This record gives sequence, structure tokens and C-alpha cells, in this order.
Amino acid sequence: MGRENSKNVWVFIEVYDNKIRNVSLELLGQGRVIADQLGEKLVGVVIGDNIAGLANEVIAYGAETAIVVSGNEYKDYSTDGFANALTALVKKYAPSVLLIGATRNGKDLAPRVAGRLETGLIADCTDIEVNSEDRLVEWTKPAGNMMSTSICPDSSPQMGTVRSNVFKKPAPDYNRAGEIVAEDIGTKADDIRTKIVEIIKTVQGETVNLEEAEIIVSGGRGMKGPENFAILKELADILGGSVGASRAAVDADWMPYAHQVGQTGKTVKPKIYLACGISGAIQHLAGMSSSDLIIAINKDPEAPIFNVADFGIVGDLFEVVPLLTKEFRRIKNG
Amino acid sequence: MNILVCVKQVPDPVEIKFNSETASLIRACAANIVNPFDKYALELALQLKEKHGGEVTVLTMGPPQAVDALKECYAMGADKIVLASDSLFEGGDTLATSYALFCAIKKTGEFDLILYGKQAIDGNTAQVGPQVAERLGVAQATCATGIELADDKVLVAREQDDCQEIIEVKMPALVTVAKLAVEPRNPNIRRKIAANKIEMPVISAADLEGIDAARLGLTGSAVKVKKMFAPPVRGAGIKIENETADNAVKALVDYLSNAKAI
Ligand SMILES: Cc1cc2nc3c(=O)[nH]c(=O)nc-3n(C[C@H](O)[C@H](O)[C@H](O)COP(=O)(O)OP(=O)(O)OC[C@H]3O[C@@H](n4cnc5c(N)ncnc54)[C@H](O)[C@@H]3O)c2cc1C
Ligand SMILES: Cc1cc2nc3c(=O)[nH]c(=O)nc-3n(C[C@H](O)[C@H](O)[C@H](O)COP(=O)(O)OP(=O)(O)OC[C@H]3O[C@@H](n4cnc5c(N)ncnc54)[C@H](O)[C@@H]3O)c2cc1C
Repeated sequence: MGRENSKNVWVFIEVYDNKIRNVSLELLGQGRVIADQLGEKLVGVVIGDNIAGLANEVIAYGAETAIVVSGNEYKDYSTDGFANALTALVKKYAPSVLLIGATRNGKDLAPRVAGRLETGLIADCTDIEVNSEDRLVEWTKPAGNMMSTSICPDSSPQMGTVRSNVFKKPAPDYNRAGEIVAEDIGTKADDIRTKIVEIIKTVQGETVNLEEAEIIVSGGRGMKGPENFAILKELADILGGSVGASRAAVDADWMPYAHQVGQTGKTVKPKIYLACGISGAIQHLAGMSSSDLIIAINKDPEAPIFNVADFGIVGDLFEVVPLLTKEFRRIKNG
Repeated sequence: MNILVCVKQVPDPVEIKFNSETASLIRACAANIVNPFDKYALELALQLKEKHGGEVTVLTMGPPQAVDALKECYAMGADKIVLASDSLFEGGDTLATSYALFCAIKKTGEFDLILYGKQAIDGNTAQVGPQVAERLGVAQATCATGIELADDKVLVAREQDDCQEIIEVKMPALVTVAKLAVEPRNPNIRRKIAANKIEMPVISAADLEGIDAARLGLTGSAVKVKKMFAPPVRGAGIKIENETADNAVKALVDYLSNAKAI
């Protein structure tokens, strides 16, 4: 689509388990900043079934307008249904910018929509801002051992998927006034070529929500084997945190992929990130370097993780970690 | 059943070393390899063929040396291999890349099932599969960890963060494949030798009727890289060295309580 007449910053609001995903709320925060810089409006698009209540949230988190598409066919996410609804809306309103969270479903949907609209799409952004001169959005993300900033100067909307936890979730204001627009966009049952027939929950109580964890205890190749992750779990449990892992540990099948932190895993922003036996490769740092406090335990004093650690211990993690657990347990039990 | 697997040749990121003097990372790239996720896709395709019959074709788009990736796929058991190679295809964003792949697929044949890797480990966008599916107008499912055939549909196990979805997908379909529970099979020695002699079609832009060169490569790209820069460094803090583990742990606990982090 052409650039002329395109206006307003849109955020695709992802609904999961009847709730708005955190990343969508974070995007409303940064979307607000971008919309103000461009002098345009911020619009949240919600697609689902029985979602009327969520429109108020979208406004409370900073949008002027919430566009709501509801219907039974949107009860579950489907590529066909959601791509149809979202492209129909984009064609009708011509937004200048479209932000989508880089979640599993977001990354399923965004390329399909960008392909249909023949516009560019920048993947997994960790920063987005407006250039004050040409007023184009600049999309930044890790690229190998560097960072790259890309633009999409000639086609519209300017689209990108954005990682969780790179922007702060704004404080909601439930007194904000806004406009709720219901759009009636049906998708015929036959046009939805996929159907979720079963959902198998991962092992009970073992769900990982690293993106929202306040404390993360992570292990890398230095853990030496899958069984040793138990000592990290013990420490994480005492601290009320979750266990993360480097890609080396995930590739070795010591931990499931859902625990991977880094460029090709999760971006996390906990209060405390404790890296045990992780060297601190740039791709790992890409996922955790905005943590409030980084603590590293590594036996190699030259390990690059120490260059970013607020507090580093050069030592054997198999000695240090159990002692730490013991010490925290003692403090906890008063 | 006719299955197409699209594979990309990527640099092997064997060792990544940190140069502490210049505070930069040295990436020593050894040989090129078949993108790991694409090998899982091929493994799945070969398993489906063994169970249900049919033919597995592998297509790659890349420079002439990408034939090595194709030969490896042939040695693993692919029936046909096809290279799309032309300087016009080079340097594109995913929009342009998916357009070129779409044109090459059209030229290669009709397929019931097209398998992609979840993502390529160099560009890492995970966008090419869905964008090719869009151009072909077929159904898609991403991040599969298993596929079973059910009449004119496939059942796909799809990874979510906290669960696995089983999705029924109408064929023709394009499915992107994540890490499987089994490792891809090793190349067969006899096929490896045969691969060196195999006739392989090479598709160039000129072979693709009706292709719009303006939509290829750098010219056809909507995304332009504006700049590359070194990531901001976060300063180092306290480092405890040559201390007993006991003392180090005490210092850490003090630090955390002073920082009111615990
Ligand atoms: C495109 C791309 C994407 C990538 N994405 C990611 C990603 O998302 N996440 C990620 O983590 N990596 C990613 N990587 C891989 C990354 O480059 C590193 O290879 C990886 O992070 C290394 O993991 P590690 O630190 O656990 O292992 P290593 O680098 O092998 O480090 C192990 C560390 O453990 C220490 N150690 C060993 N024994 C002990 C002990 N007893 N006590 C204390 N310390 C000990 C060693 O001194 C060493 O520093 C990616 C790479 C590429 C090319
Ligand atoms: C660091 C970096 C960042 C980039 N970021 C962006 C971006 O944000 N947006 C953008 O539009 N472009 C981007 N590009 C360009 C993009 O990488 C190229 O268009 C590339 O050709 C395809 O994307 P990918 O490597 O990300 O593949 P992915 O989409 O990750 O690949 C998925 C699957 O597609 C198939 N496939 C991919 N390429 C081929 C091929 N040549 N032949 C056969 N099958 C193939 C494989 O099955 C592969 O597993 C980036 C490039 C780099 C190096």
C-alpha cells in the first residue's frame, strides 16, 4: 500500500486466555510515545469473541480508539481468520504504523498480513522510535554481534514485531475517555482452514512465565548436565523465581526451549538475573541485559558476563549456588 | 503425496569468542551448513514419505555453492533437489525473498505439503514461511513439533509457551518446523556419492515466466537497513575474586540486602 494519507499508530492487541498479553500493553505505552511524536492517534485493535470488556483496557492504557472485531469465528486464534480481519481493517483505515508483539501467534500473523499488504516487516525489534527529520519509524534489533536499525520508507503501514519486556507497561487510567468502534468483519467458516482440535497443557505446575518473572536463576553449559538444574530450581524456589537457560543448555536438551533467554529465546527484565555457568555471549546478553540487577557466577575471571554483571563471583557454581540457597533459606526462616 | 522442503544454507556459528581488548566478539565461521530447523523439516518429510509414499523435493535459493546443502539433503533421502540461483535474487528482505521462492516453487511443481524451518539461524526473522504461504494462497501452521496425515488434512502439533496445540490444517498447506524430539538422520554414504553425479535443475530469474524483476532482491525490498552499530555496553560492577565461596556468598547477600533487592 502507498504511504499517502496513511495515518495513526495501531497496536494489535493480542488476547490469550481471555486476557490482553503484557506485550500488547507495553506496545500501547511506546505506541503512545510514537503517536504523540507523529501528531497522530493511537488505536488498539482487538479481535476475539466476548471481548467487549477489553476495549476499556485498551483505552485505559493510552489509546484514543479501540477497534473491536468480535465473532465466534475469532474465539481461537487462526491465521486465516485474524489475517482476514486485520488486513480488512488496515485497508479501510490506512494506519501509518502497525505494531505487533513478537509472540508465537504474533509472529504467525504479522508476516502473513505484511505479505498480503505488500509492505515491509521488521522482526523482533527491541527499540522503536521516530526520526524527527523524516518522521519515519526506526526499528532497532540485534543482528549478529551488532545492532541494526531499519526503516520502511516507501510502503505502508510501517510494520514490525516487537519483543516482550523491552518497553515498560504504562499505568492504566480507567477515567480516560476514548472511542470504541465495533467493526463487523465476518470470516466464513470455510475460509478458516485450520482448527485447534486439542490443547495439551505442559506438565502441571511447570509452566514457565519467564517474561513476567521478578527473579530468574539461569544456567548454561557450565551446569554440565540436566540433573544439575535441580540446584538452580531449589535456589529459584526459595527466592520465588523461575529458572532460565542459555541456548547451549537448551540445545543440549538440558532444559526445554521455553526457558531459553536471549536473541532467539525470551527477552526478560527481572529485578534480579542470576547467571550461573553462562559465559555471556552477545546473543545471550540481548535477552537479559536490561535486568535491574545482574549477578554472575563463573569460574573463568575473563568471562564476558562479568562485563555486564553488577555483582560477579569468580568461583565454582557447584560450591557457590548451594551455599547461596542455604543462606537465603536461613534468612527466609528468620 | 508430494512434499516440498525449502532449505537455506547458513554459516556455521561454531565458536563465538570475546575479544576483551576491543570489547567485541569474534565470530569464526567455519563451513556452511544446512539451517538446523530445515533438517528437522526434511526429517519429517522423509518420515511422512516412508509411511504414506510419495516424493520429497528439496528447493534452495542461494549462491552456486548452495548445491552443497542440496547434496546433503539428497544424501539424507530427498528424491529431487532444485537450486534457484541468480544475482537478481540476492540481498532481499523477506518480502522479496518470499516472492522469489514463490516463483521458484511455481516452476518446480505442485505440492500437497510444503515444509519450512521455523527460522533460519542467520536472518532469524521466521517470516519467509508465512509469506510464501500467503503468496501461494495456502493454509499455514508455524512451529510444528510433529505432523500426521489425516485424509486431506494434516494434524500439526504446535508449540506454545505453556501448552501444545494440536491443529487440523487443510491441504495444500505450508508448515514451519521447530526442533523435533528425534534428531535428523545421517546422510547415507551411497547416496552421498550418488549426489555428486546427480543432474540438478538450476532455476534463474530468466526461467521464471512472468516474474517481475522489480520485486526481487535489494530493489524489491521494502525494508532498508539504515545503520549498524555496536550494542551499548552495560558497565561492570563488583567482582569478587580469590575469595572462599563462603565469603563470596556473604558479600553477595549483603550487597542484595543493601540494594533492597531481597
Ligand atoms: C544467531 C544466534 C542466536 C543465538 N541465540 C542465543 C540465545 O537466544 N540465547 C543464548 O543463550 N545463546 C544464543 N546463541 C548462542 C551464543 O552465541 C552462545 O553460544 C551461548 O549463549 C553459550 O552458552 P553458555 O554461556 O551456556 O556456554 P559457554 O559459552 O560454553 O559458557 C559456559 C560457561 O560456564 C563456565 N563454567 C563452566 N563450569 C563452571 C563451574 N563449575 N562453575 C562456574 N562456571 C563454570 C565457563 O567458564 C563458561 O564461561 C545464539 C547464537 C547465534 C549465532
Ligand atoms: C541480521 C539480519 C536481520 C534481518 N532482519 C530482517 C527483517 O527484520 N525483515 C526483513 O524483511 N528482512 C530481514 N533480513 C533479511 C532476511 O534475512 C532475508 O530476506 C533472508 O533471505 C530471509 O530471511 P531469514 O533468513 O530471516 O529466514 P527465515 O524467515 O527465518 O527462514 C525461515 C525458513 O524459510 C526457508 N528459507 C529461508 N530462506 C530460504 C532460501 N534462500 N531458500 C530456501 N528456503 C529458505 C527455510 O526453510 C527457513 O528455515 C535480515 C537479515 C539479517 C542478516
